[in-house]
Order: sequence, then C-alpha cells, then structure tokens
Amino acid sequence: MKSIVEVQQLIKKFPVGNGFFTALNEVNLSFAEGEFAGLVGPSGSGKTTLLNIIGSLDVPSEGEVLVMGHPVGKLTAAQAALLRKQQLGFIFQSYNLLPVYTVYENVEFPLLLLDLPASERKQRVLETLEWVGLTDKVKSRPAALSGGECQRVAIARAMVKRPALVLADEPTANLDSENSHRILQTMLKLNEELKTSFVFATHDEKVISYLRRIIRLQDGKVVADELVNL
Amino acid sequence: MIRFLFKGLLRDKSRSLLPVIVVAVGVMMTVFLHAYLEGILNDSIEESARLSSGHVKITTLGYHENSSQRPNEYAVTAVDRLLEALKHDFPDLQWSERILFGGLLDAPDGEGYTRSQGNVAGAGIRLIGSDEEIERMDLRARLFAGRFPEHRGEVLISNELFKKMKLRLGDEVTLISSSMYGDMAMYNFTVCGTLHFGIAALDKGMVYADIEDVRNALYMDDAAGEILGFFPGNYDEKRALQLQEAFAPDGSGDEFSLVLTPMSKASGMDFLILYSRYAGFIIIFIFVFAMSIVLWNAGLLGGLRRYGEFGLRLAIGESKREAYGSLVGEAVLIGLVGSVAGTAIGLVFAYLMQEFGLNAGDMIKDSTLMLPTVFRAQITPMTYVIGFIPGVLSTVIGAMLAGIGIYKRQTAQLFKELT
Ligand SMILES: Nc1ncnc2c1ncn2[C@@H]1O[C@H](COP(=O)(O)OP(=O)(O)OP(=O)(O)O)[C@@H](O)[C@H]1O
Ligand SMILES: [Mg+2]
Repeated sequence: MKSIVEVQQLIKKFPVGNGFFTALNEVNLSFAEGEFAGLVGPSGSGKTTLLNIIGSLDVPSEGEVLVMGHPVGKLTAAQAALLRKQQLGFIFQSYNLLPVYTVYENVEFPLLLLDLPASERKQRVLETLEWVGLTDKVKSRPAALSGGECQRVAIARAMVKRPALVLADEPTANLDSENSHRILQTMLKLNEELKTSFVFATHDEKVISYLRRIIRLQDGKVVADELVNL
Repeated sequence: MIRFLFKGLLRDKSRSLLPVIVVAVGVMMTVFLHAYLEGILNDSIEESARLSSGHVKITTLGYHENSSQRPNEYAVTAVDRLLEALKHDFPDLQWSERILFGGLLDAPDGEGYTRSQGNVAGAGIRLIGSDEEIERMDLRARLFAGRFPEHRGEVLISNELFKKMKLRLGDEVTLISSSMYGDMAMYNFTVCGTLHFGIAALDKGMVYADIEDVRNALYMDDAAGEILGFFPGNYDEKRALQLQEAFAPDGSGDEFSLVLTPMSKASGMDFLILYSRYAGFIIIFIFVFAMSIVLWNAGLLGGLRRYGEFGLRLAIGESKREAYGSLVGEAVLIGLVGSVAGTAIGLVFAYLMQEFGLNAGDMIKDSTLMLPTVFRAQITPMTYVIGFIPGVLSTVIGAMLAGIGIYKRQTAQLFKELT
C-alpha cells in the first residue's frame, strides 16, 4: 500500500521558562492509504502535538514529516496552506463550526477555497450531508443543532473535499455514548467506501474499539504500534 | 468567496452593525466639530476684520510700526484722493476710513467743573449720512440706549463707561486728546446713545463718533489713521498677499509711505488665522488618535473573539494572507459605510447649525476675544471629506493591529486560545 505520511526521527520541543519541554521524542511512524489508526495515550503524551505537525499546523523541531511527499518542516506558510486545502481534513473536539453560517454553508466553505464551480459545490455538499445523515438540516444554524449533529457537520466539512487524510483530535470528547458510536460508524463507513485515511488522537475507549491500528504514546515516545485483527 | 464572507459579515451584527455605528458616531462628531470650529474661527476672523483690522489695512509705515500707540501724527493724508484711486483700482473691495485715538473724557457739572472723568479709546467712523459702517459693525444690535448720531457733535459711549461716569443721554462731555500735530486738543460732544459689545476691551471705555467730528477735534482734515479694505466675501489670504505685493512696489521705506497689511499680519490676528488654517488638521489628528484607540480596541476584541474562526479557516486551507486580507477588507468596508453614514448625519447637524446658529450671547458676556455672539457652523469642501480620514483609517489600523495576532501565532496556537 502507498504510504501517505512518513514521520522520521521527529522531535518537538516547546520553549518553557529558560529551557525546553520535549513533547515528542524521536518518533518514527508511517501511515498508508486507507488506514483507520489512532494515537492513544494519557493526557500530555503528545497526541495533539503529533497530529498538529502531521496536519502542517505546526512544525517539527528536528527530524521531518512527509505528508503526501511534502516535507512539513520545509514548507512555506502558503505551501502548507495549500497542502491543507487540497489534501487534509480536520475534525476537532469542539466542533468549531462557524456560527453565522448554515450547515450547508459550513460544509461548502472548503470547496469555496478550492474555487470549485457552483454546480459541483452544490452536488458535493448535498452528497456529503447525505453520508452523515443531515439532509434535513441544511438550512439550520449550528446553534440549533445537537452536539452529535454538530460533529456530523464537522465530519462533512472535513470530508466534502475528499481529502486523502482526515485528522481527528478527540472527536467524541463532547458526545454521549450513543452519538459517539454513530459518529464512529459514519467515519468507518467513509473510510471503507472512499478509502480516506483517518488518524485519531484519543484516549476514549469507544474510539479505540473501532481502530484498526493503535499507536501508543507515552511521554512523547511511541511505546507500541499494533494492528487490530478483526 | 467574497459573497460568502460578505454574508457572514452581514449576519454577524457585532461585526457589522455595531462597528458601523461606532464609526458613524465618531465620523459624525468629526464632521460636525470641523464645521463648528470652522464656523467659529471664521466668524471670529470676520468679526475682527469688521471691528478692527479689515481684511487689509492701509496705513503709513510709521503708523504701522507703532500701531499700538495709535500714532495719528503718522496718519494717512489726502484721503479723499486715495479713496477715489482705491475704488478705481480695486472696484470689488469696500474701503472704510477710520481714526483711532486715545484720550480723556470729562463730564462737567453745571458750572463747568469736572464731575467725573474716564480714560477712553475712541474711534472716528462714518456714522452720519451712511449706514455702511453701522451695518458692517453690527452697531444696531449693539445699541443699548439712545440713538445713533444724527447731527455733528454727537457721540456714542460704551454703556459701562456711561454708567461709571454717571452720565445721562443728552449730557455734554469733553474729549481731551492730542491733535495730529501733537498739541492738546479739546472737543465737546453730546452723548446721544450707548453701546454694549460683550467684549471686555470695547465695553470698558469706548467712544464712537462720526469721523468728521473727530477730524475737527484732532485737526485731521482729509486725514485718517487707517483705511480698511474689505473683500466681497470672507477673508482671502492669497488675495490679501497679492494686494500687499501690488501696493508697495517701490518699498521706499519713508515713514509716510503707504503700506497695506493683510489681516493675517496684524498683531493679535496672526494666531487666529494660523489656528483656523490648521484647525482641520488638529481635529483630524485628535480624532484619528482617539478613534484609532476606540476602534483598535473594538477590532482587537473582535479579532480575539475570532481567533478560533481564523484558526479554523487556516486549518481548512485558507492562507494567512487571505485571512488577513479579508479582515482588513472587512474593516475598509465598515469604515467606508460608517464614514458615509456619519458624514451624512454630521452634515445635517452642521447645516442646521450653519443656518440657525446657536445664540451664545449670554455665555460669553465678558470675553476678551472678539467672538461673535451667535455661533454658526460653516460647511466647507473639507467638511465633506474630513470624516473619512478617521473613519476609514482608524478602522483599518485597528483591524491591522488586531490581525497581527493571526500572523504571529502558530496556527495550532490559535485553537488553544479558543478552548
Ligand atoms: N505550545 C506549547 N507550549 C508548551 N508546551 C506545550 C505546548 N503545546 C503542548 N505542550 C506540552 O506538550 C505536551 C504534549 O501536549 P499534547 O497537547 O500533545 O498532549 P495530548 O497527548 O494531546 O494530551 P491530551 O490528551 O490532554 O489532549 C504536554 O505536556 C503539553 O503541556
Ligand atoms: Mg490533545
């Protein structure tokens, strides 16, 4: 299988006081196309930090991360933006929907950045909202939605441009158990049907139970990396 | 994309309506204040011109150099011929001859002994046979009691002096002064009316007599201390300087050679004219400064509130430049809309103030400045544009400062500030 992310000798240090705090310490990882993998570990183990660097929202201190062959540490801000725009989708713990826009408009936004023609945008937005089961809420504002529905909008927004890789940081943290399972089933379905790779950062057992690959982090190091046999 | 952003702007009232109102209020105040100050300064300038300096003033060089002493020994002579020449050469200007003098006013009792005395500053102006000066100096409104001189030898006295000397209308008073040749001069007047200016310097001890009487009193036949020139409209510095150039071609420097002084160079006037010239700049400066702080704060709060939104937009793939550009673009739009609205409202108020004025006669009863008693605004071409400078500039500067945070922070950091 083709590799889409290569993490090589990654070190991430944050300045604290007069010194540095090492959040990630010599991490080596590789993600292939179509994976449904999770970074799992206790709080402070470096999950979010790693996810942010893979998502080109942050840069390595040492080592390198290749995303679709692009070295994240060497990209200019504009190149990183382009990479995110074309290849990456993000899902956050706090759904981060734009409150003044409708469900439809929130999902359409990434396509506006891609300069797609209106007809294609419409078709894709409606199709994506169908995947997540929100066709009856297109005109609603986020304030009128439940937490589970908000997170489904966020999934649709991440998926609408058919990214190669979706990065999801604690996507179920604000959801009850039933909604968590629905969200995960939706994502698993999209992973299987569209071959989109998913990488999670989580310590939620519900999420972990869906993962096909579990990467355990502790104090910024990978301590285990195992495939789950179904 | 633009439409998408515009939609968001319109829907989020705290980002559109609120800042537009803030900008509009600030711009409105700027516009109104500009017109108001422009009006007051202009009125003060015109009032001073009418009462004392003229738009331009012709005197001899000697008189000009000692003008505070009203040195009538340096008076302009052959005034009739000079006035004729002036009317011929500058037909659109109005010319008015005046004599200023100092002296002592003496009120005798029935037997001819002094009953009371007062120091006076006097002016001989054309009062009999012509209304021109009465209207120019707005004396009708300032006549407190009695009437204007109708016969030779009648005089107007400022009301304060009139009371201090315990005079009654119709009383005889004697002016003791010095003649054009430096001798003592005495002349008898009959008090026919009193004046109240509301200007301390004039109310303390002013005497207005017809210029022909003063000529008789001070032996100044066909002479005048100064000849004031008035433009058809307001003071025009450029024209005044041109006249000054044209008037003294030889610049021989003889004490009796005539000089023409623009009012901007008359003592006491220079600051007023300078001030009026820079009033616009001063207001702009103050308002740009004050409004920048207000709008910067508003922009900063708005920007901080939106760091999450911008973090998200950057995560989705908008570049920092696009995000920053949209923030500044929004500010330009809000600044323009607010400025247009604020200018329109400000102009309405300024117009009302220009047409109807604010009677402040009582508030400035004893001013030392020659301020007019009715405050009026004046709308100039500058009034239309002045509001846009603080309106657009401060809004944009505020947004730019707030937006720097977007640039300086790592994108990942923008999220942390949201949660
Ligand atoms: N900007 C920063 N400056 C300094 N230290 C940071 C910064 N970001 C993260 N850290 C530190 O790096 C470590 C890893 O943080 P990270 O957010 O990746 O943890 P995590 O595994 O996602 O934890 P959680 O499960 O609580 O989300 C933590 O100890 C954190 O305090
Ligand atoms: Mg985390």
